[in-house]
Order: sequence, then structure tokens, then C-alpha cells
Amino acid sequence: MQLERTNIVTEEGHETFVLNLGPQHPATHGVLRVKLTMDGEYITRAEPVPGYIHRMHEKMGENRTWAQFLPNTSRIDYLSAMHYTHAFVSVVEKAAGIEVPPRAEYLRVITSELNRISSHLVWFGAFLLDLGGFTPLLYAFDDREKILDLLEGVTGARLTYCWYRFGGVGNDVEPEFVTGTREFVTYMRPRLDMYRQLVTENVILRKRLEGVGPISADQCRKFGATGPVIRGSGVPYDVRRVEPYSVYPELDFEVAVHPGGDCMARYLVRMEEIAQSLRIVEQALAKLPEGPVLGKAPKTVKLPPGDYTFAVEAARGRFMVRVVSDGKDVPYRVRLRAPSFSNLSLFEETSRGMMLPDALALMGTLDLVIPDIDR
Amino acid sequence: MTLPEPFRLVAFLVGTLAFVGLNAAYLVWVERKGAARFQRRPGPTEVGPAGLLQPIADALKLLSKQVLVPPDADRILFRVAPILVMSPGLMCLATIPFGEQLAARNLDLGLIMVFAFGSINVMAIMLGGWASRNKYAIISAARIVSQNVAYEIPMLLVVVTLLMSTGTTNLQEIVRQQAGGFWNWNILRLGVNPLMPITFLIFFTCMLAETNRAPFDMAEAESELVAGAFTEYAGMGFGVFFMAEYANVLVGCSLATILFFGGWQSPIGILSGVGWFLLKLYTLIFVVVWVRWTFPRTQFYRLLNLSWEILIPISLVTLALTSVMLKLFGK
Repeated sequence: MQLERTNIVTEEGHETFVLNLGPQHPATHGVLRVKLTMDGEYITRAEPVPGYIHRMHEKMGENRTWAQFLPNTSRIDYLSAMHYTHAFVSVVEKAAGIEVPPRAEYLRVITSELNRISSHLVWFGAFLLDLGGFTPLLYAFDDREKILDLLEGVTGARLTYCWYRFGGVGNDVEPEFVTGTREFVTYMRPRLDMYRQLVTENVILRKRLEGVGPISADQCRKFGATGPVIRGSGVPYDVRRVEPYSVYPELDFEVAVHPGGDCMARYLVRMEEIAQSLRIVEQALAKLPEGPVLGKAPKTVKLPPGDYTFAVEAARGRFMVRVVSDGKDVPYRVRLRAPSFSNLSLFEETSRGMMLPDALALMGTLDLVIPDIDR
Repeated sequence: MTLPEPFRLVAFLVGTLAFVGLNAAYLVWVERKGAARFQRRPGPTEVGPAGLLQPIADALKLLSKQVLVPPDADRILFRVAPILVMSPGLMCLATIPFGEQLAARNLDLGLIMVFAFGSINVMAIMLGGWASRNKYAIISAARIVSQNVAYEIPMLLVVVTLLMSTGTTNLQEIVRQQAGGFWNWNILRLGVNPLMPITFLIFFTCMLAETNRAPFDMAEAESELVAGAFTEYAGMGFGVFFMAEYANVLVGCSLATILFFGGWQSPIGILSGVGWFLLKLYTLIFVVVWVRWTFPRTQFYRLLNLSWEILIPISLVTLALTSVMLKLFGK
């Protein structure tokens, strides 16, 4: 990389330079490129350049059948595949009027929440890696491994699950899954306590996060940021409560909110969400009804002409599928509203004037998954 | 040790080089094993028993790599930097007394020499970063200079505090003064300065910052600056920087052992010898490793604030306190 002679001068008269953060950089966790205009170590302008892993998922949706597109959805945000397939099967069920048996709905909630926990654990480890703390990553992955083992036993996959079907789920769970998940819940709670004592209360971590990267609720609304980002700015916006779906209305949980708006607030929101997801899993297991797991669905799904949307609360925020059907067995249009894209759009405005390490901490708390940005 | 002078010189030259080389290689192994244990994984196990041959395998791999110099780099400085960065570790060890008779050179200005050469380390990393002509490396070079300026001051203030009570810069003499049990060690000389343990903490913190160890590894900061000043170095160029880090940790911990923990003196007053020195030295090195794998990295401006707002005032207080105590109670 050569030093470019640029004539961009800040208001104070400092000469700036352009720093390419990515597409290969340890802190971008993928092929995101951020073009930074720097005044020394201060960022005067950050321009995200997405598109390095664009795979045309939306276009692919237009030339394959509804069922054939289903596996694609789990490849968009590979860390919360359950939620994404949930949104797609639900929009088709809603449009075609397919009934879902209650047992299947409960199983969807249990696996979705387990997926949320595993996604947040990856974020926890990777975020601390961004801050220069290596050790928590290994502990978080140790916990995540238990979830992956449980979900592998049910779905056969460890990451890109495609287990939800139009009208239910692919197969019933073994009794071992139920007992194993109960054991996991009792195992995970003390671990969360340990993380709180060892990581959250660490003075260096607190100094690095408190007051850094403030995002106001207005900014979140302006850029459409959702999920832990907007909840960390004090807005209790959670699709599971605002637009209830599946059996979430029957379950008792709190929406994790923190009014701070800084990196610490978003950190605390995610840690609290793990605890709340454990609560949801525990309740759903207790209420898990008997019965079939797959309702009656036609062999070839054809949606009546129309425009349908369905949103779920994915690990990173609101994921919405909009499909337009012209009555054929292939969608006319598939639109995917991915949370990471909106969350990233915040970065340019909020990172202005920040120092590089602080901006990277801010980027870490946005919890970006690059394939989710590019789709 | 009554070897004739030329033989003595060769023996100590070889000994020092071997000691630094062995430590630089095997402290990497210790670091990797230690990190693995903190992270509940086995660490290196493949090469040799318990991965003991891993440093040799690493060195062979690094040596077999092409020496790459970026086309826009300052070729001379780029190649000189790794050599310069290794030299202070070697030079300083010449004056470190490992035991009663075991020191390459008994210099009256030993302590000052260690600090004089210690500063070259920072200059070398800065040169390496600057010569690379890489933006990340230059940011890192700028960081390391301001970090060093901030940390030399409290560290030297602490050393001045110590010098006031020892009255000599001869490292062997400093160790001899601490003979006769752990209550005579400088860290517990509360009669001279009741804040002596705090003084040690300041020294240790500054030592971590000076050697670019976590949580103060701003210069490398791999999640921010890719590899900082070493970004453009490949093969053994990088390997030497890597070894130099451990050589400098070795010197820093040796100095802490001598200044605060009585060097080769036994804690119970009998059986003093080189074994005690090594035990204390490696305990301190273990703490350095421990700290690295426990804490996240601090933010750069907080690091400077820590130095200017906390460490320098406290070390000034200890300095003033020591002088008052010495004046009032004398020796």
C-alpha cells in the first residue's frame, strides 16, 4: 500500500490520508471494506464499501421454486440461519394459509433461541478479540459447541440449518434433545455469571466501552437500525413483541433494553439477551406439546398472487422477507431486508471524529455479518 | 571463575547469546503453552514431546522464507531495524548479574547502561515501521514513540527513587545490599519508602508498556493495525522482531528481579545462588504472560492518561517521600 498524496485538508488545516480497512482486515470479520479518511488516528470520514461477497440471493429467488429457495435463506446470515429460514417459511405459510402444528411452533422457538444464543456467543468472543482479549473467545466457543452439538443432532447441520419446512419442521426431535437442552440451560447460567465477573466487570473493558460510540435513538430510527443496536439506545423494539409471531406471545420474557446508547449498552443488551433466551428455551421446553410436527402442505407450493411480508427478530435485528407472487410456482420477486446492512449504515455518521480503535469497538458492537450485508 | 580474560570474554559472549536465543525461542513456547492452558486447550503438541521442538520448527520455517522488501520501503532502514531491535536485549544482558560470580561485565554504570540501550528497542521498532512505508506501520510507529515518551518518565523516576536508597548504579552492588532474607529486599524496604510495593507496580506497568506487551501492545494491536510496525516484515525479519520482544521481556524481568527482589539472594538468607535468580525471573515472566492472556487491550489515549495522570504523580510522590525519609532517618 503506497502513501497517497492527497489534497484533502481538514478544517483545522491537517492533511489527511486514506486508509483502506479491509477487504482483508482482522477487525472486519469478513470481506467488508471501509475506506477511512484519517487525520492522524482520527477518522474524518468512513465510507463502507460493501459488495465483495454479493451472491444475488434476491435474484436467485426469482428463478427457483419456493421450496428450492429455502436453503438460500440460511446462507445469508450464517450465524442465525434458524431465524432466516423461519421468516421465509412463515411468509409462505401466511400466504398459502398453511397450518403449523403447535409442537412445530414450539420446536421452532426453542431452536431459534438456541441459535440466538450461539450467535451472541460468537459475537461475544469475536468482539473481545477486536478489543485485544483473546481468551474469552475460546470459552464462548466451548459453550457454543454444546449448542451446535444439540442442533446437529436435530437438523444434521451445524451452521447453515435448513430444518424448518412449509407447515412445520423437518423431523421430530429425540428425547435426548429435550434433556440435553435442559442440561445446557442449567450449564449456561453459571457461565453467564462467570462472564459477568471476569469480562463485564473488568476495568479495562469498561473503560474502553463506556461512553464510546454513542448512538442516539433518533439515529437508529433514521438509519433503520434494529436489534440490539436500537435496544442499546433505549428503544424497546423487538419484533417478537412488536409484531408477535409463532408462539412468542405465550412465553414470558423481557425485552433487553439499555438506555446508554454507547458500546457498553449494546454489550450489556446482548449479554442480557442470552439470559432471556435461556428463559424462553426453558419455558418452551416445559410447555412443549405432543403431536405432529409437520402440517398439511401441498407438494408443490403455489402462492396466490399478491405481495406478502413477514418479519422475525434475528440475532442482529429485524429480518424481513417480502415476496411478490404472480401465482406461479416461482416467486416474482424476493426482497430480503437484512439487519446488518442497516446497522452498518450507521457507521459512517457515528464514527466521524472517533479514533481508530474506538471506531473498531463501535463496529464490533454493531455485530456485522458481511454476507448479511451483501446478500 | 578465574579464566584468563580472552577466554572469559568468549565464554560470556557465547553464554549470553545462547541464553538470549534459548529464552527468546522457548519463551514463545511458554507463551503458547501458557495461553493454551488459560484457554483450556492443549497448545503445541505435535513437534516433539509436549511440542518442545516447536520453536525449532518455527525458526526453520521462518528461515526458509523469502526475504521480502516492499518496493517503496527504505531498503537499508528496513533491514537494519530487526538487527537494531535485537541488540539491546543482548547488550543489556552483559551487565545483568545472574549470580555472585556470574556476570559478563561488572559495570559501575550498569543500571544506566541498561536504560540507555533499552531505548534503542523503541527506536528500532519506529524505524521498522517508518521504513516499511505502510500506513498501518506508520500509525504504529507514531504510537510507539508517544507511548515510550510517556513511560520512560515514570520508570526513570522509580529508578531514581531506588538509586537514592541504594546509592549505586552497580547492579551487583545493588543485589549485595539486599542480602540476608526477603525482608531485606528492596520491595520490602518500607523504612526507606513505605510505598515501595507501589513503586514496584509502577515499574512493572512501565516495563509492560516499554516492551509492548499486552494490555499495552498498542504498536502491534493486531485487531486494529493488522501487525502494526511489523506488517510488511516476512520470514525471519518478522521472526527477529518476535524474538526481540521476548528478549526485552527477559531483560525487563531480570532488572525487576535485581532491583526489587534481591537478584540471586535467597529469601531465607542461606543457599543464595543463580537458581534463585532464575526462579524469580521466570515467575515474573509468567506473570507477564498471565496478564497478556487475561486482559483486553487498553485504548491508546487512556494509556497516555494513565501515565501522565496517575503513574507520574505517584512516582513523584514516592520520590519526594523517599528523600524526606532518607533525610530524617538516614541510613
